[in-house]
Amino acid sequence: MPQFDLSDTPLRELNQALHSVPEGSNDTHFEVINPRGSHSVAVGIDQPLTVEIKGNVGYYCAGMNAEATVTVHGSAGPGVAENMMSGTVIIEGDASQYAGATGRGGLLVIKGNAASRCGISMKGIDIVVHGSIGHMSAFMAQSGHLVVLGDAGEALGDSLYEAKLFVRGEVKSLGADCIEKPMKPEHLEKLAELLERAGVTDVKPEEFRRYGSARKLYNFNIDNADAY
Amino acid sequence: MCGIVGLFLKDKSMEPLLGSLLSDMLVTMTDRGPDSAGIAIYGSGTPGQAKITLQSATPETDFAALGAALSDTLGTLVSLTIKDTHAVVSLPRDQLNPARSLLSNHHPSIRVTSTGDSIEIYKETGLPKDVLQRFDIRKMTGTHGIGHTRMATESAVTTLGAHPFSTGSDQCLVHNGSLSNHNNLRRELKRIGMQFETENDSEVAAAYLTAEMKRGKDLGEALDSAIQDLDGFFTFVVGTRSGFGVLRDPIACKPAVMAETDRYVAFGSEYRALVGLPDIENARVWEPEPATVYFWDHEKAA
Amino acid sequence: MSYQNPPTKPRHSATFDDYTLSEIRRAAATGIYDIRGGGAKRKVPHFDDLLFLGASISRYPLEGYRERCDTNVVLGWRFAKKPIELKIPITIAGMSFGSLSGQAKEALGRGATLAGTSTTTGDGGMTEEERGHSSILVYQYLPSRYGMNPKDLRRADAIEVVVGQGAKPGGGGMLLGQKISDRVAEMRTLPKGIDQRSACRHPDWTGPDDLEIKINELREITDWEKPIYVKVGGSRPYYDTALAVKSGADVVVLDGMQGGTAATQEVFIENVGLPTLACIRPAVQALQDLGMHRKVQLIVSGGIRSGADVAKALALGADAVSIGTAALVAIGDNDPRWEAEYNALGTTAGAYDDWHEGKDPAGITTQDPELAMRLDPVAAGRRLANYLKVMTLEAQTIARACGKNHVHNLEPEDLCALTIEASAMAQVPLAGTNWIPGKGGL
Repeated sequence: MPQFDLSDTPLRELNQALHSVPEGSNDTHFEVINPRGSHSVAVGIDQPLTVEIKGNVGYYCAGMNAEATVTVHGSAGPGVAENMMSGTVIIEGDASQYAGATGRGGLLVIKGNAASRCGISMKGIDIVVHGSIGHMSAFMAQSGHLVVLGDAGEALGDSLYEAKLFVRGEVKSLGADCIEKPMKPEHLEKLAELLERAGVTDVKPEEFRRYGSARKLYNFNIDNADAY
Repeated sequence: MCGIVGLFLKDKSMEPLLGSLLSDMLVTMTDRGPDSAGIAIYGSGTPGQAKITLQSATPETDFAALGAALSDTLGTLVSLTIKDTHAVVSLPRDQLNPARSLLSNHHPSIRVTSTGDSIEIYKETGLPKDVLQRFDIRKMTGTHGIGHTRMATESAVTTLGAHPFSTGSDQCLVHNGSLSNHNNLRRELKRIGMQFETENDSEVAAAYLTAEMKRGKDLGEALDSAIQDLDGFFTFVVGTRSGFGVLRDPIACKPAVMAETDRYVAFGSEYRALVGLPDIENARVWEPEPATVYFWDHEKAA
Repeated sequence: MSYQNPPTKPRHSATFDDYTLSEIRRAAATGIYDIRGGGAKRKVPHFDDLLFLGASISRYPLEGYRERCDTNVVLGWRFAKKPIELKIPITIAGMSFGSLSGQAKEALGRGATLAGTSTTTGDGGMTEEERGHSSILVYQYLPSRYGMNPKDLRRADAIEVVVGQGAKPGGGGMLLGQKISDRVAEMRTLPKGIDQRSACRHPDWTGPDDLEIKINELREITDWEKPIYVKVGGSRPYYDTALAVKSGADVVVLDGMQGGTAATQEVFIENVGLPTLACIRPAVQALQDLGMHRKVQLIVSGGIRSGADVAKALALGADAVSIGTAALVAIGDNDPRWEAEYNALGTTAGAYDDWHEGKDPAGITTQDPELAMRLDPVAAGRRLANYLKVMTLEAQTIARACGKNHVHNLEPEDLCALTIEASAMAQVPLAGTNWIPGKGGL
């Protein structure tokens, strides 16, 4: 198993190696040690690799990930798994702002808390946060699922499109055009599946509330101008 | 636009390490601002004594002349310690005003970076590692300190444009972001007698807090008012003689991470800045909430 | 009516002119601001207000068509392993599939490729039409991230991080639902037919310190091969250029207020931003102050129409220019042959700007398949190539007249200004004097 020690190996070598694994290679498991908050660790992978990062990472870890499973045994800085396409990214600790921003697919699991703007502009990604999320989360979120076991900060789901939000704890406030919606059987089913994939065993889908778009901003109407 | 670090020590036994810990933190943030760097250190101070930190573009001639003038005018109780382009004048507190008028009347090329009982501010253009080395910051001891590395946005890359900004006794401020109403605010503050050395938006924020504190607010209350009166994007880290505060604007999209243990409170623009702190693995690490004042005070804690 | 009692002729207010009155009525009736496409229509000081000083006795001109006058430009060699090499200093600006039809994107690709230059994607992702027909394609990285994916990032020849555009520096966008067809909706992950609201800031970074980290991420993902452009709208060009350079940009794209947009508020287009002419010198100054002029390339856009405009922009210090509106006109936008249809839409050829409504008779700014069929991408591509060739020849003609063997050797000192305004903005002397307002001289 290749191991990269970022205290003495340039980031370029790590990302280059992750981008150039030959198809059919057996060496698909990578370990990264001493990341010490470095930015852009394990970005742009487009193969089913496994990357274990032992420590905290900075901005944009696993950015644009496709197919790979990246686990951060620590906390992640801003924009973790931004624009993720597929695969799985797991943060054992906390995530900073913009976690999963514009993500298009795959699963992002944050075992701690996520800061502000979690799932901002998400476009199909599924995000499960074991802890709580900060303000302006799921801003302009287009599609995908955001599941929060803890609480949500202010202005959840502001200017939301078709993403589905599930929060188990308190929501400090809802953003413009975001409303609570009834939990239907298909939502409970989806939620159960996401919880299971995210390794959550002690929580039931029925404990969550669902939030989604009121769709009042979908076509401009002067009577809604205050929300713009 | 920049990188900020701050460290407020609760555990007195860490005080000899303040300079070296802050230096390591600041160097990690170099990429966030290559233009200039600065650091404010709150030392222990001597009862009845005050300090003025000075900067000069021609330190050899300026400081020699100033040293002579100070001992002529104010006597032998005044000492002047030169550190590269900066010098620290120590003097009895009641000699502070005569010394300041001597400076402004007879030594206009010397700039004051800070005054107070315990604060010293060192700042220059260049990379953090070089600036820290020039002033031997690593060896400094103290109770708390704040560092900044700057990527200039709209004001000049000069020594005076470097952070921290100090607009009142033992006060300092560093800023990451960009204010959008600083020109109007500067005019108002000038009208009530505040003076400005630069065109920098961050200096306006510092002067604003100083003005609010002159009106009797403590740092925490002054920061509360700032949420109403300052427009734009900001993360501030501010220091007073015994206090340390953090404030982010209501939108809060400039990065900020904090860590607290029984021994210290630390601030970094990124987590990277905090990784070298003792026992960071077990610290409470969080991101400050928008429009929320965080404030620690040695005197209030004691 | 008599000599003794002459009538007062009805007088229209210069302040409340016909257009203003119609806008007040429109606002009162509809309750929504006017949204339109294109760039600023008001008159602002422009390249027309500058003239070249040809060679005579003190300077020697080059012989037209025989003595060499090169036009090639290399973009983005500061950090990228694979810089962009263009035959001409004129590129095609970013315009999205969605705002334009697939046929129009194909035509732009064909024309640019024939001329040896690049095209640029837009807010909505990369289409096969444009990748397939553009030999050099710049991929825009926008706040909305519609259609953004790493595969296309790697298929691109350069990446343009869009911070702003000249028509609306500081603004996001709103594309009304009429143009969100099935295909556009799919590319943008949006339900069909709803308004597309685009954010004004990027979702995962703010400010130059974060931008530096973002640029590095894009470089890591693309293995440091692609040049990274940063595009800004003209508002504080000195600072924005300096900060783009400090953040690690290979190329700065600077778009003045005449630069077009697919759709935004009229009030934004006409009242926010700097004329292109006023943007260039401060940006070049920033590059010079950082020792980066000609090392980090400057592409200027917004109201470029002719080879003279190209030559003037280069003389003021740009490395290349970019065209959008002019390219659309070249492929057939606002063509008088559709006059009857323009009239039916309540407008006239040359003034049609309701691009967001998707009813473009020329079939360019539309997603209506029948209208889009009107544009033959091959013929339209040929027209664009012809136009680019003419512009290049014109710029060469001027450069040779000034004695230059490369268009990049044009200098501000080769220019004079016809008006005080243009003189001040372009920082070249008023014609016949050596006076530049604000700069001293006689």
